[in-house]
Amino acid sequence: MDINIIFKIAGIGILISVLNMVLKQAGKEEQAQMLTLVGVVVVLMMVIQLIQRLFMDVRSVFGL
Amino acid sequence: MVEIMPFLGIALVATVLLTILRMERPELAVLFGTAVGILLFIMVLQRLGVVLQQFQGLTARAGVEPFYLGTVFKVIAVAYLTGFGAQICRDAGEGALAMKVELAGKVAILILAVPVMTAILQLLLKVI
Repeated sequence: MDINIIFKIAGIGILISVLNMVLKQAGKEEQAQMLTLVGVVVVLMMVIQLIQRLFMDVRSVFGL
Repeated sequence: MVEIMPFLGIALVATVLLTILRMERPELAVLFGTAVGILLFIMVLQRLGVVLQQFQGLTARAGVEPFYLGTVFKVIAVAYLTGFGAQICRDAGEGALAMKVELAGKVAILILAVPVMTAILQLLLKVI
């Protein structure tokens, strides 16, 4: 099983929170906001692919 | 023991990571929780597939019509999926949305169950 995706998402989350702190300290509020948005979108893409795989698996296991 | 260990490991690691994420980025914590849940669900499905195949073999030997077992499987799948979706909504703090998802699941199960119900009624009419 690819447990890597969990670590990937958690890594992205922690990295973004650190970068966000740095940007906020540097006084770049808009960039910090954009970074948050980009992080959410990237993780959402990964989760959407995972959801698609889940639906395919359910379909094949239950024979829908 | 071997069956349950991977689930425990993933869940514990994910819980630790989730506590960190929830403090820093609550919006990513929801997505992270969803991803972990889906991963565990896919792992459960792989085991469940074996059991369901056994059930299919048993019903084939008992001479039950495959249509009924298919309906039961569909209902189980809908129940699992709606419970899963509702839990994600509830995790994100959207209890109202979770209620709607559950309602949709109930209606979907009802739609799946109607053909079986009509089959029973027709059988009753035939007996009378």
